[in-house]
Amino acid sequence: MALSGVEIFKLLPKTNCKKCGFPTCLAFAMKLAQRQASLDACPDVSEEAKKILGEASAPPVRAIILGAGDKAVKMGEETVLFRHEKRFVNPCAFAVNIKDSESDNEIEKKVAMVIASEIDRVGQKLRIDAISIECASNDAVRYEAVTRMVSSRAPDTPIILNCFNASAAEAAVKAIADKKPLLYGARLDNLDAMVNIAKAHKTPLGLYAEGPEALSSLAEKAKAMGVEDIVIDPGAKSAKGIIEGNTQIRRAAIKKNFKPLGYPIINIVMKDDPLIETAIASVAIAKYASIVVLSSIERWKNLALFTLRQNLYTDPQVPMQVEQKIYKIGEPGPDAPLMITTNFSLTYFIVSGEVENSKVPSRLAVMDCEGLSVLTAWAAGKFTASRIAQFIKESGVENEVKHRELIIPGQVAILSGTLEDKLEGWKIIVGPREANGLPTFLKTKAA
Amino acid sequence: MAYVIPKETYSGKVASMTIGEGAKSIAIGGENTMPFLSFEGAIPNRPVIAMEIQDITPDDWPDNLKKYYNGYYDDAAKWAKFCVEQLNAKAIALRLVGTHPDKQDRSAEDAAKTVKEVLSVVDVPLIILGSNHIEKDASVIVAAAEAATGKNCIIGKAQEGNYKTIVAAALAHKHKLIAMSELDINLAKQLNILITQMGFETDRLLTDPMCSALGYGLEYTYSVMERIRLAALTQNDTTMQPPIVGDVGMYVWKTKEVSASEEDMPQWGSLEERGIAWEVVTAMGMLLAGANLLIMRHPKAVEKAEKVIEELTKG
Ligand code: SF4
Repeated sequence: MALSGVEIFKLLPKTNCKKCGFPTCLAFAMKLAQRQASLDACPDVSEEAKKILGEASAPPVRAIILGAGDKAVKMGEETVLFRHEKRFVNPCAFAVNIKDSESDNEIEKKVAMVIASEIDRVGQKLRIDAISIECASNDAVRYEAVTRMVSSRAPDTPIILNCFNASAAEAAVKAIADKKPLLYGARLDNLDAMVNIAKAHKTPLGLYAEGPEALSSLAEKAKAMGVEDIVIDPGAKSAKGIIEGNTQIRRAAIKKNFKPLGYPIINIVMKDDPLIETAIASVAIAKYASIVVLSSIERWKNLALFTLRQNLYTDPQVPMQVEQKIYKIGEPGPDAPLMITTNFSLTYFIVSGEVENSKVPSRLAVMDCEGLSVLTAWAAGKFTASRIAQFIKESGVENEVKHRELIIPGQVAILSGTLEDKLEGWKIIVGPREANGLPTFLKTKAA
Repeated sequence: MAYVIPKETYSGKVASMTIGEGAKSIAIGGENTMPFLSFEGAIPNRPVIAMEIQDITPDDWPDNLKKYYNGYYDDAAKWAKFCVEQLNAKAIALRLVGTHPDKQDRSAEDAAKTVKEVLSVVDVPLIILGSNHIEKDASVIVAAAEAATGKNCIIGKAQEGNYKTIVAAALAHKHKLIAMSELDINLAKQLNILITQMGFETDRLLTDPMCSALGYGLEYTYSVMERIRLAALTQNDTTMQPPIVGDVGMYVWKTKEVSASEEDMPQWGSLEERGIAWEVVTAMGMLLAGANLLIMRHPKAVEKAEKVIEELTKG
């Protein structure tokens, strides 16, 4: 459990020497409690205090790195159960499973698809983050060969060695140890061997057990044997198992500070029906998975899952904003209508979506209102006649359009008079109150 | 360290209610835990999916959705029957889009007639929705509510600007009611309070905090729903206990992702599955955040979501 400022204070030297940069030990303790300072700043703290504070201040879910290099993915470090409390920290990684029993040709094709999976969405690059290589052949020679092949074709992509056969796992780990693959993994029946491999090659270890309880005792054993970097799989096969198992694990870690389950979760979500797989992966994404292993990489599925992950991992405190500029929808000519709205991303999405629906090529002037919606921005004095006039003048749109007509949202119809005064030579047209009125409005106007 | 299952005990529970009449009526709500966590509480009823039909031929549905109902658009009753008999719909949501002044401006009487026709052919619960035009809905939904007297429908959506007349109609004709506000837990709460102050019981009210599609603000709806559900359970706040509605289809099927062709967007993959996936994933988001009733459009999306709901609610 996190310690309070006073509890931390009791463990500090209490000399108020200021070397930490704070006026008193108490002030420093308060900052530590809020996780706004690091204990290293105090040079005189005792070893014992370090140990107690270190354990207490360790994040409830341990940070683990999947892979090495530019495409390595950080997992864990989550601090809340619900995203409205605080931003979910490290987006889950998506991995595609490849069986070593598939033909070389098949395997190469899949690897190529993983590499080509990157897309850009609202300014973020999203991709399949990792490849899981499953030892389906149970043949160490084949498994090592496939691991080498995948690794050479996708040199930067993190790899999960999905292999419970210790000798095959050892051969594969040895082949690509510098890539820091996740060795997944260890069960009760192969724990000793797998722990030894993970320790020898300094790779994180994935643990598998049926249900949180068995998993926690397995994690305690692994830790006692000297493995620190652990990823845990509660063995869930169904949507129900995922939501219940993952919720219990994450709650135990965060609310009870139960260390044996304070690790990133891996869920194997592989189904024959790709749409069902998509639906179940959605459960894992929303409910606390750090790695979601999928069986296939259809582009439509990637897009839907990437988008869900991006949505749920955005910061709930920061309104999403889009860039202030004149957006072109379709291929608007000099006579195409011009509309204005604010830069709250939701407002932009909805308005631009409706304009697209209308199939009328248009320009949409998106004005920086600090991410507020139209009515809120108007009420806050950010979406005013003078500011709109200034923005339109400075945007250069007067050189792009032949007409001088600006369509404003119906919700701020009240601005039209003043705006006509401030924006000389322009005619202000009041658009519909709700964005869903835009298609009809634009079509009628164009007719 | 011994592992103890970390269970929460909540003081409140979601209101439960029955919709529809007869053998195919359905109970919804009643759970006293966050979605699908049956290890710590009771979830007496599974979430319900209603399939959406309309009173006119939709002019804004992409072809990859529209083709599934070809031949049914001219007659809402026929369309409803097809959904129930061929597609296994457990409930129907009739959206009276045609009454919108910008669409066909159909009259309240026309709407009432459509409602009667639909009710005469289907025995599953019916949800009757206006066109989301504040003034027009007030008259349309009142007429529709009267036409459906005795059928224990859900009518809506009552919004801040028109709730009084719509609530009165739901009271007079004994229907359940959807109250809709725009993506703000306080607005949702306030509207529920106003409505219950008119003598409308919480256990006949459903709340729609406004849906958003995947990629178009889904996270806002997700968090508002989650907070409503948490307030209902942890604070036993009765004004937050009405079952939650997710009007999924209408938000999903106007996004770019469900209509852009594969030629235009090669990196987005097959349009057919992309559209279905968009509705399924949006639906999953709403369900995981606490929705009790979803309104959806694509038959395949409904089928897949039903399958996962089955998995999430059994044993
Ligand atoms: S450096 Fe350490 S001992 Fe000195 S004031 Fe800061 S906390 Fe106290």
